[in-house]
Amino acid sequence: MTAGSRRRPPWRMLVWLTLVWLMLWGRFSTGTLLAGVAIAALVTTALPLPAVEFKGRIHPVATAHLIGRFILDLVRASIQVALLALSPRRSPRGAVIRVHLRSESDLYLTLTAELSTLVPGSLVVEANRQTGVLYLHVLDVDALGGIEKIRTDTLGTEARVLRALASDGELAAAGLTRRGRDGRGEEQT
Amino acid sequence: MSWEVVLDIAAAACFLFAGLLSLAAGVGVLRFGDLLSRMHAGTKPQVLGVLLGLAGYGLRMRSGPVLWTVLLVALFQLLTAPVAAHMVGRAGYRTGKVSSEGLAVDELTNDLSTAQQDIGPTG
Repeated sequence: MTAGSRRRPPWRMLVWLTLVWLMLWGRFSTGTLLAGVAIAALVTTALPLPAVEFKGRIHPVATAHLIGRFILDLVRASIQVALLALSPRRSPRGAVIRVHLRSESDLYLTLTAELSTLVPGSLVVEANRQTGVLYLHVLDVDALGGIEKIRTDTLGTEARVLRALASDGELAAAGLTRRGRDGRGEEQT
Repeated sequence: MSWEVVLDIAAAACFLFAGLLSLAAGVGVLRFGDLLSRMHAGTKPQVLGVLLGLAGYGLRMRSGPVLWTVLLVALFQLLTAPVAAHMVGRAGYRTGKVSSEGLAVDELTNDLSTAQQDIGPTG
């Protein structure tokens, strides 16, 4: 956000947009590639986005862990909500809780918020990027084992995001180690 | 049994579960009592339903261009559904559509009123 208006071309974005264009066409040809590059350049100059700071790199094992766990959680969450929708028991006890995340980066805050919305129990209602606080709505407090459990789970999601993407410095600043037990058992500092 | 039959059966199973999940999502939106609970129904079973439907489509069509499009749709579904739910929830909160009476704990309303007091009575 604070990056100046004179900045390098957003290479990652150009490559990504070209790739999307190619995927939309479905098959590769030189013409499609050139058109993709031209459109990517046009989009990034006409509609520039604030640069997202990313100092880390992708750690394959941790990323696979993050994705695998996410898919499992998504399936669990969907079945849970589906059963709740179809069950005759009415009106579960909901809650809105506050979770202080460890990291201060916009990117990790966004990713954690996105993932938290899709995994069991929670839905992000409000996010504060200055303080790194997420407000989550919980559909059924009792089914998920209480508010503290949900707080721990959300911090666990953040820990997995950080392990997958963050640099060693960012990880240390968040009070985490590279090898943790699934993001559990680590208390906020 | 040939590969094609196996893939077709897998596709059929995907479609079946996709349909069930979408149905549950629809029922949830109707039955849940308040805005935020409804958004849960609109994100989780709905997203998995779409993903399974796309997987079924990919398994049945078995062609390159279809596969790429399906991957893109799945990716953007995962990226946009939470943001949409967040926006609706946030707007609901700020316009007073969410009552904290039905909630066991409501730390956001508490924090918002504390912030109001910090700013001053008129704001």
